[in-house]
Amino acid sequence: MTRFAMVIDTKTCIGCGDCVVACKTENNVPEGLNRDWVVEATSGTYPDLKTEFRSERCNHCSNPTCVTLCPTGASHLWNDTNIVLVEPEKCTGCKACIAACPYDARLVMHPDGYIDKCTFCHHRVEKGLDPACVSTCPTGCMYFGSIDDPHSEVSHLLKTREYKVLNPETGNEPNVYYLI
Amino acid sequence: MKEELLVTARDNALIDPGLQIWTWEVAMYLFLGGLTAGIMIFAALATVRNKDQEAPFTTARLALLAPIVLSLGMTTLFMDLEHKLFVYRFYTSFHITSPMSWGAWILIIIYPVSVLQILSTLRTGYSFLAEFVDRLTIGRLILDWCERYRREIALTVIPFAVVLGIYTGILLSAFSARPFWNNGVLGILFLISGMSTAAALVVLMARQHSEKELFTRIDLVLILAEIGLVALALISLASGSAQHLEALESVMGGSYTIPFWVLFVGIGLLIPLLLETLEILGVNKSLAMLAPVLVLIGGYALRQVVLDAGQESTWTNYDTQYSSEVLQRIHRSD
Repeated sequence: MTRFAMVIDTKTCIGCGDCVVACKTENNVPEGLNRDWVVEATSGTYPDLKTEFRSERCNHCSNPTCVTLCPTGASHLWNDTNIVLVEPEKCTGCKACIAACPYDARLVMHPDGYIDKCTFCHHRVEKGLDPACVSTCPTGCMYFGSIDDPHSEVSHLLKTREYKVLNPETGNEPNVYYLI
Repeated sequence: MKEELLVTARDNALIDPGLQIWTWEVAMYLFLGGLTAGIMIFAALATVRNKDQEAPFTTARLALLAPIVLSLGMTTLFMDLEHKLFVYRFYTSFHITSPMSWGAWILIIIYPVSVLQILSTLRTGYSFLAEFVDRLTIGRLILDWCERYRREIALTVIPFAVVLGIYTGILLSAFSARPFWNNGVLGILFLISGMSTAAALVVLMARQHSEKELFTRIDLVLILAEIGLVALALISLASGSAQHLEALESVMGGSYTIPFWVLFVGIGLLIPLLLETLEILGVNKSLAMLAPVLVLIGGYALRQVVLDAGQESTWTNYDTQYSSEVLQRIHRSD
């Protein structure tokens, strides 16, 4: 299994939201719905405040509870990778995967009724391209690649920089990493 | 301080500001599914234990309600699906890790099992229906066969009905992403609650005094068991990690405190417990019909509260969330 990871440098992210716009444009995400979003987290006591920007999305977990709990196999892993996709033709819209996601990263695609989510732009990855959000990022703070390849840029960043993932205690083994 | 703002709007339907994917349709299904399980279990047990004289309604007539109640439940469940045309997809695959997949198949298997159970007592319970079946030779042979193996059919029904009653709880408890549900007690709690509501239904529908009394006693034991299981579920949450404690808060001062304690524990468990105790002691019989009605209300309240509080419980809490109302207010002032 090839594990694809997204690495986002919170030190250089400015929270512009271009990743969100790129995603909506690339994937024709209907109005009012979002597959990714940007969080501005501020902590500390004035005047010693610290702000961190995080572009968040589906974590394409190595242990995806949305896939294990899907009753029909509509939620599946793409081509023996960790990229979690939904097959609309198999999806009943039961919403079990929405409840199963500890990151609340899934959504109901209106008006059709099947479940929609971030695909890591697998249609671009297939052609050797980066996901739309990564390729659009104006500060170049987002990276994408295989972490099974020790020579990839993402592997190098995770080896040399301090990082975190969101809620590792869920046990889902998320694959979106934040450099801190 | 710690503040997390969503810089870009996120107002995904049914997910923001709090998860609300499943509403009354699913709660109703969970309730009716549990009730069906209870109906089938008691009808089978009455047959196995030869209660024909003491409990004639349960032995001969109760089983007919199972497919009717279950079909109502499956209707509300179907109403909840967002991608209805693809409902058949439940039956083109089986996913061993998904309790919902197990449930979909159990629902299909339970119908023929239930029909056999009904046929095995049709002549005693519903003679006018049996007359129609008896007119055909094949119908008569089937009824004869079912009657002869009545006891074996009843013994077969029990494990299937238990699985039906227990799986809805396991389904919810399998969601590790929802700390309020992620609790092994839930399966047994839903099964016992389903049996309690079925016992209440018998008390309401049976004519014979001995049968009402028997099921009042049975219900009393089930209510006591349910109180014990609820306590265990709460203890389990209270001794959990931060997410579990936060989930517990929703019924301990949070927004589901009143539905949980007043509607479910008070009206659904404690008042019927008191009324049924008084009735068995022979102190007060004037409210005999109230207790089973309250048990049925409590059974539904349990499903609704657990469903709602569970969806709200989460791992991902932004300290301050984007509010669609604020955006609308800005739009209006333009």
